[in-house]
Amino acid sequence: MNEPSTRIVKVNGSGCRIWENGDGEPLVLLSGFGGYPNWTPFLGHLASKRRLIVPSLPGYPGADGHRLLDNQLDWVSATLDLLEAAEINNTDLIGLGPGAALAAEVAAMVHTHVRRLVLIGPMGLFDEGDPLGDIWALRDSEVPAMFSSQPEKFAEALSCPDNEDEVEWRILQTRAREAAARMLWPIGDTGLAKRLHRITAPTLLLWGGADRVVPPVYANRFADLITGPCETKTIDGSGHRVDFDAAEQTAKAILSFLH
Amino acid sequence: MKLCWFHLMPYTDLPDDFKDSHNSVWVDIDSRLFKPEKAHHMYNDFMDELEFAAESGFDGVCVNEHHQNGYGLMPSPNLIAATLARRTQDAAIIVMGNSLALYNPPLRVAEEFAMLDCISGGRLVAGFPVGTPMDTCYAYGMNPSQLRERYYEAHDLILKAWAEPEPFAWNGRYNKLRHVNPWPRPVQSPHPPIWIPGGGSVETWQWCAEQDYVYAYLSYFGYKAGAATMNGFWREMKNLGKDPNPFRAGFLQFVGVAENRDKALDLYREPAEYFYNRCLHVDARYANPPGYTSEATMRAKVKSQVLQAARRATDQSMITAPTFEEIVDKGYVIIGSPDEVAEQLREVAVDLNIGHLMLLLQFGNMGKELAIHNTALFAKQVAPQINGLFENEWPDEWWPQAMASSTRAEPRPVFQTTLQ
Repeated sequence: MNEPSTRIVKVNGSGCRIWENGDGEPLVLLSGFGGYPNWTPFLGHLASKRRLIVPSLPGYPGADGHRLLDNQLDWVSATLDLLEAAEINNTDLIGLGPGAALAAEVAAMVHTHVRRLVLIGPMGLFDEGDPLGDIWALRDSEVPAMFSSQPEKFAEALSCPDNEDEVEWRILQTRAREAAARMLWPIGDTGLAKRLHRITAPTLLLWGGADRVVPPVYANRFADLITGPCETKTIDGSGHRVDFDAAEQTAKAILSFLH
Repeated sequence: MKLCWFHLMPYTDLPDDFKDSHNSVWVDIDSRLFKPEKAHHMYNDFMDELEFAAESGFDGVCVNEHHQNGYGLMPSPNLIAATLARRTQDAAIIVMGNSLALYNPPLRVAEEFAMLDCISGGRLVAGFPVGTPMDTCYAYGMNPSQLRERYYEAHDLILKAWAEPEPFAWNGRYNKLRHVNPWPRPVQSPHPPIWIPGGGSVETWQWCAEQDYVYAYLSYFGYKAGAATMNGFWREMKNLGKDPNPFRAGFLQFVGVAENRDKALDLYREPAEYFYNRCLHVDARYANPPGYTSEATMRAKVKSQVLQAARRATDQSMITAPTFEEIVDKGYVIIGSPDEVAEQLREVAVDLNIGHLMLLLQFGNMGKELAIHNTALFAKQVAPQINGLFENEWPDEWWPQAMASSTRAEPRPVFQTTLQ
């Protein structure tokens, strides 16, 4: 697997990492919960076919500055700054979880930025009758199974690598959780429902069939609210982190939609 | 030495099998366990106990704030403090305190504390806790990543509101107010003494030093576990060039006094076990919201009390149920005859350098009779042995400056009357 090239751009004065890898038409990806401390097989699959650009949102691994963002408008504005620094321009955009909520905001706000949109288990809506998973109230042992259908493998992926400092590794992960919490705590809707109708880019809603964070039934709610062309695909048996549970299958589904 | 009588107001009727059959005493505690008619008696007993403590000569009475919590029945400590302001005469009223970020706008704290200070004639201590994760982030939905920012802004707003004679505009990060002009204003000038209940973070120590506030370590795990934290606090004070005035510090300690040690062990076993096994049955899910503990504190590895408890615990509950023998051995509760208790408390106060001892003499499911017995014995036989500590060597600059008693109002006594 080729290593990505790394550059740092400033968002609100704080550094944010942008990874780039592969050749071809650009494809931008906003990560989900936990971000990417390391390059992953899923990213490798996408980069084998496209020039993949992975900017880190403030507070996620490789980036700082989440504590400067106080509300949804701040987050959307920071995302626009970051994507523009990554040179987004009529580009295909993928988002996962909280990154998908922000990708949807960008697609709704600035039509010229996004050519086609892929939302993977997006946050942003909330239905009291079918609530999102209670991701902030988990015992340590419950975290892997909330996010992945392969909890043991996922727990291993979250554990501190031999060459990293344990305290710093824990801080990196806590910071990514804090960044997500800063935007989403205590888990409700983000007002996205009021803006989804503005999305005109063709959209793929991609879901893990066993997603416990954003139950798959939310795909219908997103599909109902997005007025542009929209299709839904479910990866059976996968949890919220379909990019981990079914890396190749998920990448294939995305690339086939973007073909 | 100031001896302050602290009430948590625990619900005293949690079932015997609470720990096994219920998930948590906090946040998602089963509402069906709450019997309002029983709570009527609990509240009235607790308020009797607080009033009795004040009458018995304790220097202050303390109340605090918790939400959705089976061991703390005071979502609003200010309500209890208001009754104490009327029904007590000289004791300081120590509200420990209001979780500033939960008040919207936080000006509400400036107003209510000013009311309490006026009603009590300047007997208020204003406690400003950040609040536990369970209270703030889970019960009240406060964003853990913003909690401290909101807390510090609320603090600055309240202090300015008490100090500024003219109406002013406040354009904070989280609070926008065009006309700040609280009415009433506190009796104490420039404001009541401010005490900060904390869990052991370096930033809080530094902030208390910078602001010259009392740091109160409200641990349920006694003086042995608290020594490390208090030593850290005093080291930091020294580094910051602050004098070791023991009145800079407050410390919470459970105490059970009886005629002799055996009797004390017998009397306090049940309420102690009730507290440590049922009241502290807190689900670890609610202990560690991301952002609540600063990265600096994580690096310093000075974990908050909550995290320590979580570490101590099984995966499921924040603490493992200790036996009564462990509770006593580890010093969670100081138990004994008046002389034994006085000796141990003197040692705690001197070793940890504590000028404000906050004493839990009612705990767990202890009934009023035993709480009064414990309080009376303490007041008569323990307090006289220790209350002179530090008083000649250090000034307590953090004690309320009440109006002279001759100038204070005398509340009308409560009696039955028949209108003609």
